[in-house]
Amino acid sequence: MDWTALWLSLRLAAWTVALLLPVAILMGRFLAYRRFRGKGLVEALVMLPLVLPPTVFGFYLLVVFGANSPLGQFWRATFGHQLVFSFEGLVVASVIFNLPFAIQPAQRGFEAIPVEVREAARCCGLSPLESLRKVELPLAWPGLMTAMVLTFAHTLGEFGIVLMVGGSIPGETRTIAISIYDRVQAFDDRSAGIMAAVLLAISLFTITVTYWLSARVGRRLS
Amino acid sequence: MALEVMARATAPIPLDIAFRVEPGELLALVGHSGSGKSTLLRTIAGLWTPSEARVAVNGETWLDTGRRIDLAPHRRRVGIVFQSYALFPHMTALGNVVAAMGHRAAPERGAEARRLLALVNLSGLEARKPAELSGGQQQRVAVARALARQPAALLLDEPFSAVDRATRERLYEEIRQLRAHLAMPTILVTHDMEEARLLADRMVVIEHGRVVRAGATADVMFDPAALRAMGLREIGSSLRAVIAAHEDDELTRLQSAAGPVWLPRIDGAPGAPVRLRIMAHDVMISRERPGDISALNVLPASVIAVTDGEGPGVIVRLDVSGDEILARITVRSARALALAPGAACFAIVKSMAAARGDVEPTAR
Repeated sequence: MDWTALWLSLRLAAWTVALLLPVAILMGRFLAYRRFRGKGLVEALVMLPLVLPPTVFGFYLLVVFGANSPLGQFWRATFGHQLVFSFEGLVVASVIFNLPFAIQPAQRGFEAIPVEVREAARCCGLSPLESLRKVELPLAWPGLMTAMVLTFAHTLGEFGIVLMVGGSIPGETRTIAISIYDRVQAFDDRSAGIMAAVLLAISLFTITVTYWLSARVGRRLS
Repeated sequence: MALEVMARATAPIPLDIAFRVEPGELLALVGHSGSGKSTLLRTIAGLWTPSEARVAVNGETWLDTGRRIDLAPHRRRVGIVFQSYALFPHMTALGNVVAAMGHRAAPERGAEARRLLALVNLSGLEARKPAELSGGQQQRVAVARALARQPAALLLDEPFSAVDRATRERLYEEIRQLRAHLAMPTILVTHDMEEARLLADRMVVIEHGRVVRAGATADVMFDPAALRAMGLREIGSSLRAVIAAHEDDELTRLQSAAGPVWLPRIDGAPGAPVRLRIMAHDVMISRERPGDISALNVLPASVIAVTDGEGPGVIVRLDVSGDEILARITVRSARALALAPGAACFAIVKSMAAARGDVEPTAR
C-alpha cells in the first residue's frame, strides 16, 4: 500500500475542490441565470474535457505549460521550477479537467431555484450578495455538494492526464491511480489490489452521496 | 405621497401607460394575460426596465430613464406578493417574514414578524415551512412578508389565482380588513373583474399595453368598451339583500331594498346578508307592473342612463332603491319604451336565472 500516493491524491483532490468551488458558484450561477449569444458555445467548452481523450488533453496542457511556452517560462521565472512534472502543475491540470464535473451540477443546482424566488429575495431588500448567501446557496447546495463530491472522486481516479503532465514522481506527482499502475507493472498484485479496493470504496461512497443529494434537490423544490 | 407610474416600450410587449395611485388607495390593473399588467408591476419593483419609464413614490424617484435613475430592486421599498407566492422554501413562515426585515434592528425583527403573521391570521404556524402550509396560508405568509419591509408601495400580482374559490372568498375578506392597516398605495393585478369590483377603489383596464378605461370601479365595470377589453360577453351587476326565508317549494326568498327576490334554494341562515349577481341579459324591463307573468321577481326601478353598445344592444343602468342593476336590451325596445334617465319602470328577473354561484355572503 503506497500511503504517500494516497496522501498525494487526497491533497490534489482537496486543492482541486477548494479552487473549483468558487469557480463553480460563479460560472454555474452565471450560466443558470443568464441568456446570451454564444451560451451554447461556452457550455460546450466547459463540457469539452468530458469527451476529449485524457492523452489529447494532457498533450495540449504540456504544450501550454511546457518549459518553452510563455506560461512555462513565466512560472519558472516566478517560482524557480517548472510547472510540468510538479504538484502545482497537476493542480492546474486537475482544475481545468474537472470544470465540467464542478460547473454542470452547480448550474443545475442554481437552475432549480424558481426565478420568482430569486426576484422575491431582491424585493425583500436583500442585496445580490445577501440573496446568494441567504437564499440561493441554501437552495442550490445539493448541486454544489454534488459538484464537490464528483470533482473529488474524479480527481482521485484520474490517470491519463496525470501521467502526461506529471509523470510518476513519488511524493510529487505519483497519485494513487498511477501507483496502482506501477504496482501492476511490477507484478505486485497484492498492493495493487488493496489500493484498487480503497479507490473502489471511495468511488462507491461518493456516487451514493451524489444520488442521495440529487434526490433531496427534487424533494425540496417540488 | 402617491405612486406615479409612466412606462413606454415596444418590446417584449407594447406599453404606453401612465397612472397614479393615492396613499391608502387600492388600484386594480385589469386585463388579459399579455396585456402588460404584470410587466408594469415588474417595472415598479425594478425587475424590468422599459425603454422609457418613470416610477416615483412619495416624491422619491425610483426609476427615470430620462435622468438615468434606476434603483436596484433591493433599494426600492416595495412589497410584492407573487402569483406563485415565491416563498423561500428552506425557511419557516417566520423566517420568510424576518428575511424581509433587513432595515430593522435584529432584536426587534422576531416580535414584529410575529405581529405581522398574527395580522394575517397565522398565529401558531410560525415554525411551519411553506411546504407544510396550505395554499391560502402560503398566500398569507407572502402578504406578511410583503408588509414586513414597511413598503412605500404594495404590489399584488394575481395573488388569489392559485387558491380554490372558497379560500379566495375568505382571503378577499381578509384583504378588505387588512386595508384598514395599509396607508401605502396598493396595486392589484388581476384578470378577474369580480375580484377588482370587490377589492378595488379604482380600476385601470389595460389592453395591448394601453389604458382602455380608468376610473372608479363601479363606472368602469359597466363600460362596454372595458368589458370588450376584458373579453367578457356580458356584464353583471349585484343586488344587496338579506336572506329572508327558505320556502317549501325549493326557493329561497331574499329581501332587498326594492322588494322580495326569489331564487332557487341557497345555503345560509335567515338574516345573513348576501350579494346577488344578476347578469344584464337576464333582466327585462317593463314600463308597467306586469300582471300574469311567470317571472317572480319584479322590482320597481328608475332609469339612470342608457349606454349604447355595438350592434342592436344597449345597456340600461337601473336604480332599484339604491342598488344599481344592469339590463341589456335591444335599441328597438329602448326606443319603444322611451327609456330615458329618470323614467320609472320595472326590472323583471327570472328566478331560475340566478344560480347558487351567483350569491355570495357579505360582511355586513
